[in-house]
Amino acid sequence: MKKTAFYGALAVAGLAASTASAATLDDVKARGVLNCGVTTGLVGFASPDANGVWNGFDVGVCRAVAAAVLGDSDAVEFIPTTGKTRFTALASGEIDVLARNTTWTFSRDVDLKFEFVGINYYDGQGFMVPRDLGVASAKDLDGATVCIQTGTTTELNLADFFRSNSISYEPVPIETNAEAQQQYLAGACDVYTTDASGLAATRASFENPGDHVLLPEIISKEPLGPLVRHGDNDWGDIVRWSLNALIAAEELGVTSANVEELGAAPTGNPEVNRLLGTEGELGAMLGLEADWAKNAIAAGGNYGELFEKNIGENTPIGLARGLNAQWTDGGLLYSPPFR
Amino acid sequence: MTSITDPPRGSFQLSMLINDTRYRSYTFQAIAFIVLALSIGYLINNLFTNLAAQGLDIDFGFLGAPAGYDINQRLIEYTSQSTNLRAAFVGILNTLLVAFLACVTATIFGVLAGVLRLSNNWLVRKLMAIYVEIFRNIPVLIWVLIIFTIMIAVLPGPREFRGDDPAATMFLGISAFTNRGVYIPLPFFERGFGGGLDFLMVIVVLVGSFFGARAVTARATRIQEATGERPATLLTNLAIWFGPLIAIFLIFGLSFEVPELKGFNFAGGIKVGGPLIAIWFALSIYTGAFIAENVRAGIQAVSKGQTEAAGALGIRPGRIMSLVVLPQALRVIIPPLISNYLNITKNSSLAILVGYADVTATLGGITLNQTGRAIECILLLMLFYLTISLLISAVINVYNNAIKLKER
Amino acid sequence: MVDRTIAFVRTEDVPAMPPPPNATGPAKWVKDNLFATPANSVLTILAILAIYFILSGSVPWMLNGIWASPSLAVCREILDGASGACFAVLAERWNQLLFGFQYPADLYWRPGLAFVLLFFAAAPVLFFDLPRKLLIFTALYPFIAFWLIWGGSIFGPLLALLGIVAGAFFYQKFVKNSFALGFFGAIVTALVVWTVGGYIIPDGEIAEGAMRSVPSRDLGGFMLNMMLGVTCVSLSLPIGIALALGRQSSMPIIKYICVIFIEFIRGVPLITLLFVANVMLGYFFPPGSGVDLFLRVVIMITMFSAAYIAEVIRGGLAALPKGQYEAADSLGLDYAQAMRLIILPQALKISIPGIVNVSVGLFKDTTLVSVISMFDLVGMIRGPILASVEWQGVYWELFGFAALLFFITCYGISQYSQWLERRLATDHR
Repeated sequence: MKKTAFYGALAVAGLAASTASAATLDDVKARGVLNCGVTTGLVGFASPDANGVWNGFDVGVCRAVAAAVLGDSDAVEFIPTTGKTRFTALASGEIDVLARNTTWTFSRDVDLKFEFVGINYYDGQGFMVPRDLGVASAKDLDGATVCIQTGTTTELNLADFFRSNSISYEPVPIETNAEAQQQYLAGACDVYTTDASGLAATRASFENPGDHVLLPEIISKEPLGPLVRHGDNDWGDIVRWSLNALIAAEELGVTSANVEELGAAPTGNPEVNRLLGTEGELGAMLGLEADWAKNAIAAGGNYGELFEKNIGENTPIGLARGLNAQWTDGGLLYSPPFR
Repeated sequence: MTSITDPPRGSFQLSMLINDTRYRSYTFQAIAFIVLALSIGYLINNLFTNLAAQGLDIDFGFLGAPAGYDINQRLIEYTSQSTNLRAAFVGILNTLLVAFLACVTATIFGVLAGVLRLSNNWLVRKLMAIYVEIFRNIPVLIWVLIIFTIMIAVLPGPREFRGDDPAATMFLGISAFTNRGVYIPLPFFERGFGGGLDFLMVIVVLVGSFFGARAVTARATRIQEATGERPATLLTNLAIWFGPLIAIFLIFGLSFEVPELKGFNFAGGIKVGGPLIAIWFALSIYTGAFIAENVRAGIQAVSKGQTEAAGALGIRPGRIMSLVVLPQALRVIIPPLISNYLNITKNSSLAILVGYADVTATLGGITLNQTGRAIECILLLMLFYLTISLLISAVINVYNNAIKLKER
Repeated sequence: MVDRTIAFVRTEDVPAMPPPPNATGPAKWVKDNLFATPANSVLTILAILAIYFILSGSVPWMLNGIWASPSLAVCREILDGASGACFAVLAERWNQLLFGFQYPADLYWRPGLAFVLLFFAAAPVLFFDLPRKLLIFTALYPFIAFWLIWGGSIFGPLLALLGIVAGAFFYQKFVKNSFALGFFGAIVTALVVWTVGGYIIPDGEIAEGAMRSVPSRDLGGFMLNMMLGVTCVSLSLPIGIALALGRQSSMPIIKYICVIFIEFIRGVPLITLLFVANVMLGYFFPPGSGVDLFLRVVIMITMFSAAYIAEVIRGGLAALPKGQYEAADSLGLDYAQAMRLIILPQALKISIPGIVNVSVGLFKDTTLVSVISMFDLVGMIRGPILASVEWQGVYWELFGFAALLFFITCYGISQYSQWLERRLATDHR
């Protein structure tokens, strides 16, 4: 920081006239650290523990990219962002990649000039209500007070849903997930709505999770994925294929346990070989080491392992794979071939 | 050699731009202007270079597009299909509403605390000192959060009013204090003309009573001046104030729509939203501490001789305060009071923390997030606050000129 | 006639009777101070009731406080329905509240030391009786504190110091000829030293060891509030003086530049300026200069406080008797000399209490950075701590702690300000 601050001061004085920004990959390599934007705290997806170490599903994606690019899954600086600050942080170059439950929408992709590199979680907006309210369907929510996290697509979906069903509601816009929980638990709102995964994560952290139910309606498509700035396609490719490597690894049976063994020498499966760099030049094409994908997988495991460890059915959050199963298992996860 | 008082004219040299005090100021100003213009040009150039590099532009067209989100607290008609501009107006009105309410209550708190701080009562004096010190020395942001949390945690939710043996009951059976807001009865006329007309009628009657009462008082004063005896006006005035009002209430059948629990929320009556109450109360009690200090300083600025002179004339202590001390203290109190009003308006931008839809929350919050037009939104936001501030500053200046002690 | 003594004239004093019991001692005090009039009595009773309600709610809650527990749920179990605080959250997360959650734990001594040294650096400024030599340490303090908090190579702060020393040297040398030459020459000298030095000194990042570099986004907690407060107030003082002088200037262009700047900044809430720092300011820097959020926030808060300090100093300048200005003119001093030697020393002295008040206000306002997702004390509470599974629902303990820290600091400063005001007031008599 010191030098940055120092030169920053000079820039203010109008002396430093630096040239146009270099490619993100070069920046990251020169810095030795990947700047990754995450939420300010959503258990299961990204939250710091008591020692300040970040954990979660989105965090796993960040670590995989860092491992692919820098060979070190700890070379990540996690930058917490709110719904309001996330896009400006990415646009201004403060972060290299945003992995923060961000919905891929047309306007964000086209108008805000971001590039979504893929989808790491297929989600949809749901509702959570206290069990004793006796509500069975979202259509019964006429006149309810609804807590929403402001600055997200859920705000717009909610307005559309209630308008198209001609029922009324009262929105309570809230800045952070923690404050939404506070209001919901105190009964200041009847319903809490956000992505179904976020609801599950929130419910998991309650004292009595069983007292709250998720309503069956899912009122929107929320494909969540990491995104980068428009214009630097090389960097976009790296993030996209790091994510694909995790997905493909699960499909091909490469896990953090066997990746070392499989990557040591060519195996019988040519796609595994290309993925792990024992055959072909895929790493060099991306401008990375040959073992980039091996590092990415070794960082936290393949997609399935990350899922099970952070948000899967054996965790307090307890999400089923559902749409997020491999296409071979009837889900939507489908990595293009490594060829 | 020319004389000193008659410096050479016409023989202008370039060095005089620096060395001659007559020209030096022009040089400085020119340099300052050029440096400023260059820096602004440099920054704006950077701005457009950066925007172009990211393929963005500055465009206020989004203001005409549908906002797409709902707002819970609105003074004008608004739906999610209204434009972003209208959402911004809803926010502006909400800002002005909370600022106005908070100014009124902060003044009440402040004057009370300021006067009580000078009270003869030791306990009350100390208590007010503690109030002032505690609120002045802790950030307003923390106060907003604490008061909001108190409201959320201490007041019952509407759910607790339900059932045969509810955990909470309505206050006197007509008002409900919940953590979503306060519901009070709505007065209306059973045999009225409906809506605004009834309201207008009540206003007309009240205005009439006002003039009637004034006439009675003026007559009493005339008699007092003529005879030295002041006729009792209290009963007449009471009759003039309340007689016609009660008559109207009886004729048109005044009744109240009492809020009752329907579905998820209370329905009917007047609802004052929880977020509004939280930010309103937090700003009032915080700024009240500052106003209390102004009031105390103003009262202490009135020389003690004034109080003693009034006492010597036999005026009672309460009237000394209201007739002698406060009018003189106002000259000292009002300018900082208005700048405290300005602070309230600016601090109302913290409404975003409690989910109150002020202009920072609509234009500078949701609209900004949903459209991604950060630069445009923030510029408009600053423009709004700047306008309000300049208006209030203008009021201060007018007032200061009006009350300036006319010295000869 | 016989000599008769007059029986009814006493020759010695009657011993004084003790005053009636209700006109002396505690009874009188109570009567005069608490129950002087019926209205007063009512007030007293109301006040006692209020105190009772507050104390009866908070005292058992505090005395029952649990200090050792891994989570709120365990706290509730231990309390078993009784009223009591769960101070365990403070015991477990005190480090995060004070230093943020990303500052390396083994380096806490560095900001701690910087904090302690702050008192030594501030003392000679705050108390005029201390030897003036101590001001040398005050001048060195920013560089020491910078190095302690951010770590890294010592060369960076040294270079910054060197530039300033060179500038000061130049100023000393040339100010006799012309103030403008000395002043602007000093700035140019410092900039030259920094630019040249920037190429010479080794890269400042150090990855290992006791003085390893800490990126500024890892700063947080109360430390961040303190740093923003101290940095911005010290930086805004010179800017505020310049703005105040500019506003009083007879040169219209300079005057209006200053007026517009001051009125603009004072007219908008700090929160919108922080939004500017967060989302807009980055666009105004050259592409790729990567000015980080901390620095952007420092720039905006400094501008903010400079405008307010300028108004306070303007008040000080206006309060000086006109004779002082005229006396300076009649001595033949030019503008720079008059300001430097006559006007500013007096005006600043008058303005000190006002400046301290602005500083306290500014320090409190640094909590607003939590709105733009920086993790200061309030940001830590609203973000990571309340979002964690163990501690969600612990509000009073955390807000109370934050309020207490701010109260101690701000009350301390305002007591100092009052002391100073009394002292300055006696100087004039």
